[in-house]
Amino acid sequence: MNIIFMLIAASLLIAVLFFVLFVKSVKSGQYDDTYTPSVRMLFDDELVKQKKSEPKNNQ
Amino acid sequence: MNKEQFYYDNKIVKMFLIATVLWGVVGMLVGLIVAFLFIFPNLLEGIPWLSFGRIRPLHTNAVIFAFVGNSIFMGIYYSMQRLLKTRMFSDALSKIHFWGWQLIIVAAALTLPFGITSSKEYAELEWPIDIAITVIWVIMGINMIGTILKRRQRHIYVAIWFYLATLITVAVLHIFNNLELPVSAFKSYSIYAGVQDALVQWWYGHNAVAFFLTTPVLGLMYYFVPKVANRPVYSYRLSIIHFWSLIFIYIWAGPHHLLYTALPEWAQNLGTVFSVMLIFPSWGGMINGLLTLRGAWDKVRENPILKFFVVAITGYGMSTFEGPMLSFKNLNAIAHYTDWIIAHVHVGALAWNGFMAAGIIYWLSGKLWKTELYSKKLANIHFWLGTLGILFYALPLYIAGFTQAAMWKQFNPDGTLVYGNFLETVTQIMPMYMMRAFGGTLYLVGFLLLAYNVIQTARAGSAVEDELAEAAPLKEISSSRLAGEGFHSWLERRTILFSLLVVVAIAIGGAIEIIPLLTVDSNIPKITSVKPYTPLELEGRDIYIREGCNNCHSQMIRPFRSEVERYGEYSKAGEFVYDFPFLWGSRRTGPDVHRVGGKYNDNWHFNHMMDPRSTSPGSIMPQYPWLIKDDLDISLTASKVNAMVKLGVPYTQFELDKAVYLLKNQAMEVEKNLRQDPEFVKNYGDANIQEKEIVAMIAYLQRLGTDIKAEPTE
Repeated sequence: MNIIFMLIAASLLIAVLFFVLFVKSVKSGQYDDTYTPSVRMLFDDELVKQKKSEPKNNQ
Repeated sequence: MNKEQFYYDNKIVKMFLIATVLWGVVGMLVGLIVAFLFIFPNLLEGIPWLSFGRIRPLHTNAVIFAFVGNSIFMGIYYSMQRLLKTRMFSDALSKIHFWGWQLIIVAAALTLPFGITSSKEYAELEWPIDIAITVIWVIMGINMIGTILKRRQRHIYVAIWFYLATLITVAVLHIFNNLELPVSAFKSYSIYAGVQDALVQWWYGHNAVAFFLTTPVLGLMYYFVPKVANRPVYSYRLSIIHFWSLIFIYIWAGPHHLLYTALPEWAQNLGTVFSVMLIFPSWGGMINGLLTLRGAWDKVRENPILKFFVVAITGYGMSTFEGPMLSFKNLNAIAHYTDWIIAHVHVGALAWNGFMAAGIIYWLSGKLWKTELYSKKLANIHFWLGTLGILFYALPLYIAGFTQAAMWKQFNPDGTLVYGNFLETVTQIMPMYMMRAFGGTLYLVGFLLLAYNVIQTARAGSAVEDELAEAAPLKEISSSRLAGEGFHSWLERRTILFSLLVVVAIAIGGAIEIIPLLTVDSNIPKITSVKPYTPLELEGRDIYIREGCNNCHSQMIRPFRSEVERYGEYSKAGEFVYDFPFLWGSRRTGPDVHRVGGKYNDNWHFNHMMDPRSTSPGSIMPQYPWLIKDDLDISLTASKVNAMVKLGVPYTQFELDKAVYLLKNQAMEVEKNLRQDPEFVKNYGDANIQEKEIVAMIAYLQRLGTDIKAEPTE
């Protein structure tokens, strides 16, 4: 059952890594803007309407 | 502000949409045929390529890789271009991806019904198709990464992260699980044996669910639910947490498919712990999806697309609640090998995958053909038919699973089994099978309405193949802005680095679980009496694989009193060391066969294969008359034995040189045995049975699980 120590070590390693990343990102202001991206994706850049009216405008 | 004009590729999205609808109909239709085979086992009597064991893998592969696969690509190609404000990297690669994937599906449909299979669940396709999948997957990867590199939007939205995790993880899983040694163009052996093969397979099998049916669809959820509801996701922050925690935990959960089997206990426990932890990211994601509709539930009443999404996300929540629960050993002891699991996966497949796909298809139909959906009413009818279909499918099977498991474990006061005859536990749940088929029919009819609705929408609208769009080009980041930058936003801009990190995370998880088993000898105790299969048994085993017997029969007796009483001594890890691939199975539609060797005589097996109901009244097993008609193909026997030697099976030089001679000798013995029955001589006396496939099958079945009886274990 020696393998269990390896598992605990590996799990701890990942847990510690996560914790470090979390603290680091919070302190560096990473989560200051966790809103804009969620709104930005709602806007369309398609020019559908313009495309439909193109013939009228150009000719 | 200077803006660039460019075109989105709508044509590729449309192609994937059509493929999704087409394969959806095919996959569900095959599923329905499979469901009816439970009720009418003689329905397709004597047609080898429509036999249950061959088309059940066709159903699962068609639904997972053809239906859900194409629906994922449809959503990815639509959302990626818009989130990154750029056309896909290469139209040519997009087209190769599309046609390559469709060809792979056709290849699957042309091989699985003919018994060309590796037997590993959801990885049944043989090695040439495996290579094709790898190539097409890499092409898709280049196209995706290329698109990310030429993006006009620096921030990478959370949906794309989910797509990337899928891209990388599926590649790794697919390659590891399909490492096999080819014997011919259509036959190969897994390079792992027994317990190790089982662990790799379920590491793959579980993560195929995780990274093919879950993460990409979560990505789609994070794009399409906000888009359709026209409101931002409930919490973008939660979506980031959701993503990271999910990918790190998912990869460890595979062993919960092998609880109470011959897998070392620490590996089982590891799987359980991580499976239970999974509920947090899963439910976080579900809540995030549902709460996106907060304050907008009136829209759900109006909009059938949102109805589909709500049921889909609820289905995701239900199956991800059930998953961790089923990973507890005590609940798993009841549910494993029963229809409970079939119900569980269908809540995921029909509700989560099927309804997400349906919602996205309806929404995209309007967008792609620049028109309103042909009929909102039909979409609503589809929604209700589908929802009722899911209920009629899942609920009876939950009851069936629980009923059967309870009957399997029922003891008389004198210590004998109440339902000693396995068939009693099958006939008991036949009404549930009928209701399941009814539920499946409802679901398929609903989906056909979708197909009709999409066709009518396409006819009414006009397709815009290249859609003009406008966005500002990507600005160079000034060094002053980078000065105080956080690690995460730095990371977000580095896709390739990010991808590598994901690989590392997965590699750690996979390596820790798999490598010790491959290298640490003590994990699989040697049993000296376990010997390699004879050439005839090896051929019989390959027929067992070809007919897909493992779809209904397990070869893994768990160490429970009820199972030892019913089947015999529980299975030991050391008994499977020559099993390339392992054939433990995952469902007991029929009884376990690991100790079937010597239980019946050869004639019983002969008659049982010819007509299962002649020996076992009420059985729902298909007939296998072709095993008695067709000659055993021995052209590959020598190379099969040779392949086994390469994989480390200790055949002697004599066995290697005289494989065919040994095979024929043993076949003659089997026929001699069969001829002891005057009934057999009367009916088949003139047929040269020793040259037929049935002889190999009988030899293999009679060998199963007998080695351990020769001597006590070391």
